[in-house]
Amino acid sequence: MSAFSVTEPSSRTKWGAGILVVAYALITIVPLLWIIATGFKSPTDSIAYPPKVLFEPTLEGYVNLFTDRTRATQDMLDRAGPPQTWYEVIVRKRGTIITGTSRYGERFLNSVIIGFGSTFLCMVLGTAAAYAFSRFRVPLKDDLLFFILSTRMMPPIAVAIPIFLMFRQLGLSDTHLGMILLYTAVNLSLSVWLLKGFIDEIPIEYEEAALIDGYTRFQAFYKVVLPQAATGIASTAIFCLIFAWNEYAFAVLLTSGTAQTAPPFIPTIIGVAGKDWPAVAAGATLFLVPVMVFTILLRKHLLRGITFGAVRK
Amino acid sequence: MPTSPLDKVAHATPRPVARRIRGLTDRAIAWIFVAPTIFLLLAVNIFPLIWTIRLSFTNYRVNRPNRDVEWIGLRNYERILTDPDIWATMQATAHFLIWTIVLQVLIGFALAYLINKKFKGNDLWTTIIVFPMMLSPAVVGNFWTFLYQPQIGLFNYAVAFFTGVEPASFSMIGDVHLAPWAIVIADTWMWTPFVMLICLAGLRSIPDTIYEAAECDRASKWRQFWTITVPMVLPFLMLAVLFRGIENFKMFDLVVQLTGGGPGNTTTLTSIDLKREAFEKWRTGLSSAYAVILFVTVFGLASIYVKALNKVKER
Repeated sequence: MSAFSVTEPSSRTKWGAGILVVAYALITIVPLLWIIATGFKSPTDSIAYPPKVLFEPTLEGYVNLFTDRTRATQDMLDRAGPPQTWYEVIVRKRGTIITGTSRYGERFLNSVIIGFGSTFLCMVLGTAAAYAFSRFRVPLKDDLLFFILSTRMMPPIAVAIPIFLMFRQLGLSDTHLGMILLYTAVNLSLSVWLLKGFIDEIPIEYEEAALIDGYTRFQAFYKVVLPQAATGIASTAIFCLIFAWNEYAFAVLLTSGTAQTAPPFIPTIIGVAGKDWPAVAAGATLFLVPVMVFTILLRKHLLRGITFGAVRK
Repeated sequence: MPTSPLDKVAHATPRPVARRIRGLTDRAIAWIFVAPTIFLLLAVNIFPLIWTIRLSFTNYRVNRPNRDVEWIGLRNYERILTDPDIWATMQATAHFLIWTIVLQVLIGFALAYLINKKFKGNDLWTTIIVFPMMLSPAVVGNFWTFLYQPQIGLFNYAVAFFTGVEPASFSMIGDVHLAPWAIVIADTWMWTPFVMLICLAGLRSIPDTIYEAAECDRASKWRQFWTITVPMVLPFLMLAVLFRGIENFKMFDLVVQLTGGGPGNTTTLTSIDLKREAFEKWRTGLSSAYAVILFVTVFGLASIYVKALNKVKER
């Protein structure tokens, strides 16, 4: 761009625009920073008025997140003896005693299993379908593609009723497999549409060359198309993972004991005496930060992902 | 349905070339590749939908499996459409939908416009702005209840700091007048980046040459904005509104965690109401009818809107 371009904004405009955008970004990030900060506060600091920006950081929230505690009687303290570990020291200071591990770890693990399981399945099915839609004449192609997209328009609660009944019949309610299948189905629309876009962009000549060289269609698919679509597949996978990770409505309705994921669990975290906000914030931090990292990785494909490939930039 | 040049190329695949090759025919491969996806979607989406439609004509209740299921025709639909409470939730939903869209479009477009001034470091700040949108709405919504606490909440403190009102004097989620705005604010915070990203793509798609031509014609900046920028971004903006509209019509996680539908029924959006009918009152038949009505509404509105969108695109 030349210095004399009429379309290049003046440096004053740039400064003004920059300041406004940075101001918005700083305001919008405050709630997230507040979550992270609250995780390191003591319960008293977390509910202080005026809200404390500077505080003495403690790991109490994290300790409380992973443990179950009860108010200790003198008798219990006598029996337990002096605290052995750093986290026992923290807990004892509040006059409580650890009675066991909390379910957070389990719930987090469920989120990981269901998230990765459904993402994997979704990518396998989605890539195959997207390839077929991109390269072959599939009868009723446009209708099928639209059908796939339209499954996203249904409110989750609306389909939850029969899925609830169906899962109960099949013994899938509150199981990892059930949730993996469900999230796969929900994410398929996104993955098929996105991947079709990515595969469409790979010149068909590559495959034709491979076919002429004697590759079969399958070979051409996984030796030529898959490596070419790797970035697209990776970013689509991250989108599917984030969705499954964040999903709440199905999780809260269809899981309770064994397969419950973290989102329905985190809001139910309570302390020994009332809501333990540092523990909630600690749980939220551990759960949200991976997604922020993924967002940074995804930034080039963000737009495409959120619009189902409708806007490609 | 968009047919890109690449689609056309794909259609023009020389089929004989493929057919000469050993192995399965293309047709067989196409079916093998597509079938599992279609099957899973039929099983998890269409089959349940048909089941919902069937249930909607009955008085079935999940919690009473032994009771005889009666076919009661359209009575469920009649009850829903004449129920004043359900109309109230529709109104709450409309309030939520309209205000979130208005705010997100205004702020999102403004942000995109500013970012498009290409100041130094705009990529970094764009990524930071995008964060809220990628996070779990339930977890974030739950934390917003903390920010909204009357005495200790950061939100109330910030409002108090700038306006001088006593921070304990108002409760965003406890007050019947403020609660509908509390959910609008949280949703706007979360989803404005979505509209911003799409608008930004729109702005970046406008070729510089158009502005250069306008400069040559001595069109004022103001005029350029209204006759070039706005019309060129409009299809993108409308797409953003479509997505937000559908998503917020289905809204459940953020709001249910934030206010739980209260106080009273002031923030009971249709999805929350539906969840109560189906999974708390266990009126399965009735809530199935409710679900069908919602689905038809979203689908109908979306189709009309897409037609309008296509018209704008063609201009």
